[in-house]
Amino acid sequence: MDTDVVLDGNVLAGVFGELFQHDMTIARGMCRECGLSGPLAEMRVYPEAPGAVARCPGCDAVLFTIVKNGGRYWMGFDRLRCLEIRAAD
Amino acid sequence: MARAALQRRLSWQVAEVVESIAETARVRSLVLDAPGWTAHRAGQHLDIRLTAEDGYQAVRSYSIASAPAEGKLAVTVERLDDGEVSPYLVDELRAGDKIEVRGPIGGYFVWEAPLGGPLLLVGGGSGIVPLMAILRQRAAVGSDAAVHLLASWRTADDIIYAAELERLGALDGVEITQTLTRGTPAGWSGRSGRIDRTMLADVAWAPDAAGLSFVCGPTGLVEAVATALVDLGHAAAQIKTERFGPTGG
Repeated sequence: MDTDVVLDGNVLAGVFGELFQHDMTIARGMCRECGLSGPLAEMRVYPEAPGAVARCPGCDAVLFTIVKNGGRYWMGFDRLRCLEIRAAD
Repeated sequence: MARAALQRRLSWQVAEVVESIAETARVRSLVLDAPGWTAHRAGQHLDIRLTAEDGYQAVRSYSIASAPAEGKLAVTVERLDDGEVSPYLVDELRAGDKIEVRGPIGGYFVWEAPLGGPLLLVGGGSGIVPLMAILRQRAAVGSDAAVHLLASWRTADDIIYAAELERLGALDGVEITQTLTRGTPAGWSGRSGRIDRTMLADVAWAPDAAGLSFVCGPTGLVEAVATALVDLGHAAAQIKTERFGPTGG
């Protein structure tokens, strides 16, 4: 498989929904490396590198990774500093 | 109640194919009947899951092509020849067949009538699909938001929704510009060549019109267009992007 495919955070909407019961593509994340803040939909996502690798669109630092294996998801946090999530009405 | 709706959205459910419509030689629209489906918003997607006899599963995300106000659910799928999912969806799946779906998902690349316009919609190839949902929704709810669609195709044979685009393009407030990147047939009245800064400067609203731009297509096109729009003075926050690519298809 081509591991150079780069998409964006929109492609994670289904997995996010499954994991967080929330539309995390519109949650805002902040990069610890460069300080950029924006909706997770705008992250660069490499969907095929064993799992998904989400990188900062500003400085390309790895924000987090999601791998599914053996009926479990493993989510690794790297340079994701914080998340701002809109509360339910 | 919101939680119940959310959980229904995130669960896999069986949908029946009501109709499979050939759009081009490699693109089909699938009209789906999914009982209990929560109404989507124009621009959202759904996930499709296929399960092989040995239990192997593949999940892919597809933009919803239909407008919520049309009261139906349709996706448009392009066959990627070495893909795991799209060849089956395009070549094998027919009316009466069943697939698993979940959604609607994604609240970022979304337009609703109260957002108004003017709108610039830029699509490359099947990147037009969520933009078509927006155009269809605009027409179905009678929105008067001014909209300009700029669509890029390889050849005239690759144009999806050709007849409907002609019809929508005749509506008040809608302008459609199409460009072909690999040569133009005799009598072609559109543009030729890749979308670049000059073409965008011609079709985009003036930055002070404070319009919203939606850009969807392969990563290279999306990044070139978004960068050019920012260069032309558009606020980055007013540009929504969605990239797609051969994620195993």
